Amino acid sequence: MKGNNKVLRHANAILFSISGFIIAIIVNTLVPQVASDVSLEEYPFAGFLVNINDAYRLVLALLILWYLGNGLYAVKSKEGWKKYTKQAKFRFACGIALALWDVLGTKLEVLPQPFFPGPAGILRAFLMEGSFIFENTLYSLRLLAAGFILGVIFGVGTGILIGWFPKVYYWVAPVLNITGVIPAVAWMPFALTLFPTPFSAAVFLIVICVWFPVASLTASGVQSTPKAQFEVARTLGAKTVTLVFRVAVPHALPQIFTGINTASAFAFTTLVMAEMMGQPGGLGYYINASKVWSAYYKVFAAIIVMAILFSVITKVVAWIEHRALRWQKGLLK
Amino acid sequence: MSEKILEIRDVKRVYKDEDNEVDALVDVNLSVEKGEFVSIIGASGCGKTTLLRLIAGFDKPQSGDLLLDGEPIKEPSIERGYVLQQGSLFPWLTVHDNIAYGLKVRGVYKEEKARVDEFISLIGLEGFEKAFPHQISGGMAQRVAIARALINDPEILLLDEPMGALDSFTRADIQDKLLELRKKKNTTMILVTHDVDEAIYLSDRIVIMTPRPGKISEVIDIDLPHPRHRGGTEFLKIRRELLEKFHLAAAEPEPEYMI
Repeated sequence: MKGNNKVLRHANAILFSISGFIIAIIVNTLVPQVASDVSLEEYPFAGFLVNINDAYRLVLALLILWYLGNGLYAVKSKEGWKKYTKQAKFRFACGIALALWDVLGTKLEVLPQPFFPGPAGILRAFLMEGSFIFENTLYSLRLLAAGFILGVIFGVGTGILIGWFPKVYYWVAPVLNITGVIPAVAWMPFALTLFPTPFSAAVFLIVICVWFPVASLTASGVQSTPKAQFEVARTLGAKTVTLVFRVAVPHALPQIFTGINTASAFAFTTLVMAEMMGQPGGLGYYINASKVWSAYYKVFAAIIVMAILFSVITKVVAWIEHRALRWQKGLLK
Repeated sequence: MSEKILEIRDVKRVYKDEDNEVDALVDVNLSVEKGEFVSIIGASGCGKTTLLRLIAGFDKPQSGDLLLDGEPIKEPSIERGYVLQQGSLFPWLTVHDNIAYGLKVRGVYKEEKARVDEFISLIGLEGFEKAFPHQISGGMAQRVAIARALINDPEILLLDEPMGALDSFTRADIQDKLLELRKKKNTTMILVTHDVDEAIYLSDRIVIMTPRPGKISEVIDIDLPHPRHRGGTEFLKIRRELLEKFHLAAAEPEPEYMI
């Protein structure tokens, strides 16, 4: 039976994909707790009392469900399936790595403590003060959104002016080039004294670090618009405003997105540094505050949240870029 | 049909370097009638593109007048459509939106939407409305460029070697499309080309230009009926005459061979 064979093959691949995490659950359940000073205190969570091992196994179970669902969905398309099976080995390795880390970090505590807690130990931070971490994440997100969006708006705006008017280019481009290479956090002392609240000071820092790459790349995109396109547009009735917004800006769009991608990396760095240096909240603040108490599991927890948050933001930007640049060669599927 | 639409009188255009002056155009006189197809041919550097750009309004002469319907040409306008050699389509717009561009810029897209579809079928690109320029062939792209230039119903269509970068089959196809569009829309067309066959196949009149200084050396009427046969006796006769003229026009005449 050919069809049966296919189903079997799919089931096999999906099973392999999640088997690493299954092994991690088994290891966590069966390996005895050798090290004595690991806290197995129970915390209320969703109506239950759970300890760190329960939480860890729950996370693994969620991962298994997620990749199981992904696999069943991927079966539908040939390309999706190819991608899924390609990543199967990596997922398996992740599961094994988690199991190993669990044994060395939590069960035996061979890794130096308190610097390298096990995966379950990190989850303790979420069990203890999940809502506090959430509040700090929201603070970071607000700060980042405000700075990033304002920075992109200012960046595109000045970029258009620099690219379009040679006079503006003459006077502004050198200033942009010199101030642009200075890491934004260097302005921190000024920002903190000049702005009424720490929040607005940090927004200012993110704005300038986003502004520089976006402005310079927008300008170069506008400047490189072929003359022929302007000329054709003029014979079709276009006046200056149309030439700027319906010829130069769309032409510059790929470069604007290059600027935005660079800017987002700068923005993450500036955000965390600004928070570590003087904010009443945010993930950077949380890391700093936890470090003082040697609560490194909390530092790891914040790092994991950042990893997830920043990759989601990067994905969102990439999605917008893909939509906006559908017309480009190579970006089209 | 003998209404003058374009008049060029004593036009002179000089390009200045630091210490050099190049006479791009001197003593250019030409008038074009409504509905006429005029080709401008000549070796490179004879100023044919310069002349077309003056007519388009991208550039201004040092002296002399360019009049469209008796009015001096000051800047580019929708009265003069313009088609370039290649790559002037807006890559971020679909075929449909490229053609609709002129209507959208003028804010009349809603009222005249139907014209876009009319042109898409006129150039035979039904089914490609949603394609982006990089997804279509060079020949298709040039047809789109021509439709885009005609969407605002210009009085004159200026063609700057629009078929220069195409292979000869695609070229012939577009030449026929141009004649068809001209017949349907009765648009006056001025074509700059270096292809003698193309000029004979399309034109009512051929303007021959010579370089250094760029000027019109001769204007030839082509009285053949359409459709013209590219291998017909009359066609070939004109072709030979024209080529001979070019040899005479060149600085050093080449020896002729008799078979």
